[in-house]
Amino acid sequence: MKGTPARVWLGIGLVALALLALPFAFAYVGTAWVRIANFAILYVLLALGLNIVVGFAGLLDLGYIAFYAVGAYVYALLASPHFNLHLPFWIILPIGAAVAALFGVLLGAPTLKLRGDYLAIVTLGFGEIIRIFLNNLSRPVNITNGPQGIARIDPFSAVGINFGATDSFLGLTFSGPIKYYYLLLAATIAVIVVNIRLQNSRIGRAWEAIREDEVAARSMGINTTSLKLLAFAMGASFGGLAGGMFSAIQGFISPESFVLVESIMVVAMVVLGGMGNIRGVILGALLLSFVPEILRWTVAPLQEALFGRQLIEPEVIRMLIFGLALVLVMLFRPAGLLPSAVRKRELTGQPA
Amino acid sequence: MDTFLQQLVNGLTAGSVYAVVALGYTMVYGIIQLINFAHGEVVMIGAMVAFTIINLLAPAGMPPLAVVLLGTAAAIPVCMLVGYSMERLAYRPLRRAPRLAPLITAIGVSIILQHLAMLVWSRNILAFPQIIKIRSFEFLGATISNVQIFIIAACLAMMGGLALLVYRTRLGTAMRATAQNPQVAGLMGIDVNRVIAATFIIGAALGAVAGVLYGTYYGIAQYTMGSILGLKAFSAAVLGGIGNIPGAMLGGVLLGLVEALGAGYIGDLTDLCQYRWLAGSIEACRDDGNFVLFGSNYQDVFAFLVLILVLVFRPQGLLGERVGDRA
Repeated sequence: MKGTPARVWLGIGLVALALLALPFAFAYVGTAWVRIANFAILYVLLALGLNIVVGFAGLLDLGYIAFYAVGAYVYALLASPHFNLHLPFWIILPIGAAVAALFGVLLGAPTLKLRGDYLAIVTLGFGEIIRIFLNNLSRPVNITNGPQGIARIDPFSAVGINFGATDSFLGLTFSGPIKYYYLLLAATIAVIVVNIRLQNSRIGRAWEAIREDEVAARSMGINTTSLKLLAFAMGASFGGLAGGMFSAIQGFISPESFVLVESIMVVAMVVLGGMGNIRGVILGALLLSFVPEILRWTVAPLQEALFGRQLIEPEVIRMLIFGLALVLVMLFRPAGLLPSAVRKRELTGQPA
Repeated sequence: MDTFLQQLVNGLTAGSVYAVVALGYTMVYGIIQLINFAHGEVVMIGAMVAFTIINLLAPAGMPPLAVVLLGTAAAIPVCMLVGYSMERLAYRPLRRAPRLAPLITAIGVSIILQHLAMLVWSRNILAFPQIIKIRSFEFLGATISNVQIFIIAACLAMMGGLALLVYRTRLGTAMRATAQNPQVAGLMGIDVNRVIAATFIIGAALGAVAGVLYGTYYGIAQYTMGSILGLKAFSAAVLGGIGNIPGAMLGGVLLGLVEALGAGYIGDLTDLCQYRWLAGSIEACRDDGNFVLFGSNYQDVFAFLVLILVLVFRPQGLLGERVGDRA
């Protein structure tokens, strides 16, 4: 970072300060908004994980939420009264990420030869299979508790800080969601750093080569098999990590949270923001998680005022926006809002 | 043996509907190599429109067959319009784009259609009114109802009609030519855009009828029914060899059979108590109990398993050329 001008550092400092102060501003408006911010960050994590698979390696994965589910269930099973296990989170999260990565390889291995659109459908089927199993693995031995899901999942707690309770420190009130906010922020920054380092590494460049032309990549000596598996495994492990956090923040999970629409939502975030561009993906995830919430708070009262009742549920508006975003982005800005340089070149046919 | 024949009959019924839906996927794929992700939603819209009309007409005391036919007659043009519009608005502009682009718009279209349907019909399940008198026939120990016979016959008729259209008419010849090579077909004076639009419209019309039949068979229709039905039909198309019309028919029927037989037998096969060396150590097996690992609630897994196995071991499907890994 030698030679970085002072104003860049100033900018970074201001952004950091704003991010640190943000939860208190949200808490001032209402605790609900801190939770919304937390879920937005979770989606950023998920979108960054999926970006490795879709953006870097060019493998469209429509079953990504399955890895999120795996991570969430690993955490829930190892830290809840369901099996009466209460392991600390810093042990479970790596286990969850590892199990998710294993599932990633399990999915990746048989599908290595498949072309993009076939891969998409197979991953979608894989996601559904995982969900069907979660729904039904309550008999004959009760593992997942079926559609009822698992409740009373332990919140994170470490070095005397319990993420489920409210504490006061230096005159500031730190509620549970605010603590999770900082934890999520730290995790996201770590994942962003990993993503940036990956993108510019040997591996990242190899993925890019595979995405552009697999045959050419192989003939240049790139081991496409192991690199594609690595992309699946890494993407899956980030999904598993996010899932574990989701489990703890929510305190309750059921197969309902891991439906196909969720996978598509994460894909929409990556596509809208700009496949392969880390900044774009973050923007996409934040947009698609905040805009619907803002709609929920504006459209619903607006409809009440205009028509005296709810004509269109906010949830439907949200889904219509997702669908339209996918179609319109592909039609008018196929490389996303913030395109990555390579994608832009490849999709518009012009030199970047 | 009774279970076997009965599941065969049930599988044949569901499978013939899958086959008709699968035709919609395979025709579009054959001609522009696009997985029309939203086709399942077209089928759903067909069922919903028809059910609305059927529920309106049911109290009027018309003969049931006339009611169902009128419902279907209303559904077909609506679905044709939906099919045409999505091709025109969402796919045609992207015909030269990289492969993933139209697939992503297809996902978008499918979400939009599903939620528009929810706006129109709400989340409620539409039930098929009790107008058809179900008559069952005994056949070698299995029961087959008049509805099942009607569904199978209707699907066979549609498949036959489509085969005639594709192999015996000018439009069919144009479709096959476009599928082989759009550029050359264009040079030969075929209006490629019109042929592609026609393919979508025909697929949508078949989908509409399939939606009505599927809904009638299970007695319900809901805005979510399209996605799982669509996925199964797509699996059927892949099983038969995507892009291949007889393949889709074969794949659909086979998938229906696999699913029905799978659901019928998986419980017995995975009942650990029948394996003597295991039964002794399982508490639940005492007093003729059972310990079923996977019951018929795993029915929906079979379609996906078939899809994955086919793509891994025989990507070209049963009757198709090798396309699964074509770059």
